[in-house]
Amino acid sequence: MIATILSFTAYNCSNDDDSGNNDPMQQIPLDFSGTYIQEDQMGRPAINTVFVDMADKSMFNMTVPSDQNAAFQNKFQTKLEALNPAHTDPMYTNALGFNAEEFTTALATDVLTVSLTGTTTFFDGTNVLTGRALGDDVISTELLLIFGGPAGTDNPGLTDDNVDANDKPFLSTFPYLASPW
Amino acid sequence: MKHTKILIGAALIALVCFFAIAADHIDAPAIAGGTSDITDIYGFQAQDTDNIVFVANVQGLISPANTAQAAFDENVLFEFNIDNNGDAVEDLVIQAIPRDGKMYFFGPTTPSQNGLNSTILTSATTNSVDITTYGSGAIIEANNGMQFFAGPRDDPFFMDFARYGEIIGGTATSFNNPGTDTFEGTNVLSIAVELPKTMVGNGNSVNLWVEAKRKQ
Repeated sequence: MIATILSFTAYNCSNDDDSGNNDPMQQIPLDFSGTYIQEDQMGRPAINTVFVDMADKSMFNMTVPSDQNAAFQNKFQTKLEALNPAHTDPMYTNALGFNAEEFTTALATDVLTVSLTGTTTFFDGTNVLTGRALGDDVISTELLLIFGGPAGTDNPGLTDDNVDANDKPFLSTFPYLASPW
Repeated sequence: MKHTKILIGAALIALVCFFAIAADHIDAPAIAGGTSDITDIYGFQAQDTDNIVFVANVQGLISPANTAQAAFDENVLFEFNIDNNGDAVEDLVIQAIPRDGKMYFFGPTTPSQNGLNSTILTSATTNSVDITTYGSGAIIEANNGMQFFAGPRDDPFFMDFARYGEIIGGTATSFNNPGTDTFEGTNVLSIAVELPKTMVGNGNSVNLWVEAKRKQ
């Protein structure tokens, strides 16, 4: 009985410290059983939000990326052409040189490509879609690619939300994210 | 006249569905604002350029007053999916799930099955970190060449979402300059992992996505 109480006390204490224990399975029998079923997923920023119709949003979250192009590319193209009707012309391109079909084909498989060999950024003026850093102005990049046309100069009031940086500076070391407000 | 066309098209869309909050915040009605709602993911080279960092943020738009009460859900598994051969199918996963004040991490490891259903891979490399509480300094666990963090952070996402909604809704024709950051002063719950690039792939890049899965 005493042993039980002692072990129970130790169990509670262990939850409150940062013991650095690297094999917690050896000490605390936790329940990790069962099957976990998907409810949400995300790759690139704002893809579901911008390109998926309300009626399809949950379906998009439940479609594995390798099936997303077949299920959603046409719908993404329709959405892009509604946002910027100039994209109904297949000769019209965005700043990446993609017409509506090419651009939405690139976006419909919603995974974030992350470089293992160098700069990781959504867009930094030179590198494109090599990752997503905390400070990347991803929304202005997407607005530019949706509304800006081949030179990025079309629809000038719609290609930048003029919020260009986070409201707190990031850290230079892990976990990089700023402390909460 | 392009603006007029855009706004007509946008207004039609708005009738069907007022845009949910970006980036992926509250993206679908079934999960909006719930404990499985992923707001943003990030993948970037670490300060140590041999390492890569993956971040998943969940439960967006938490006010400072509500941050102390915000908590991860023990029934929700977050899974970093890593495709390292370009077919958009996960070759490796890192699983994260909370238990009793700690976030447990399994992997990176080959998943037992691909797709929408997962079991927790308890035979994989296992790490844990105390979930940082609001008002405390960030607790970091370093083990097996990796670093781990879980807890509330400032939401790194920024956007004039309110103005975007007005444009899509047809009541504005352009963004303001300067804009107003709708996410200013709000927090999220963050899960962050830093690990050697060699643990995720040996090519030039990987494809990353994060899934939220609920225990049945």
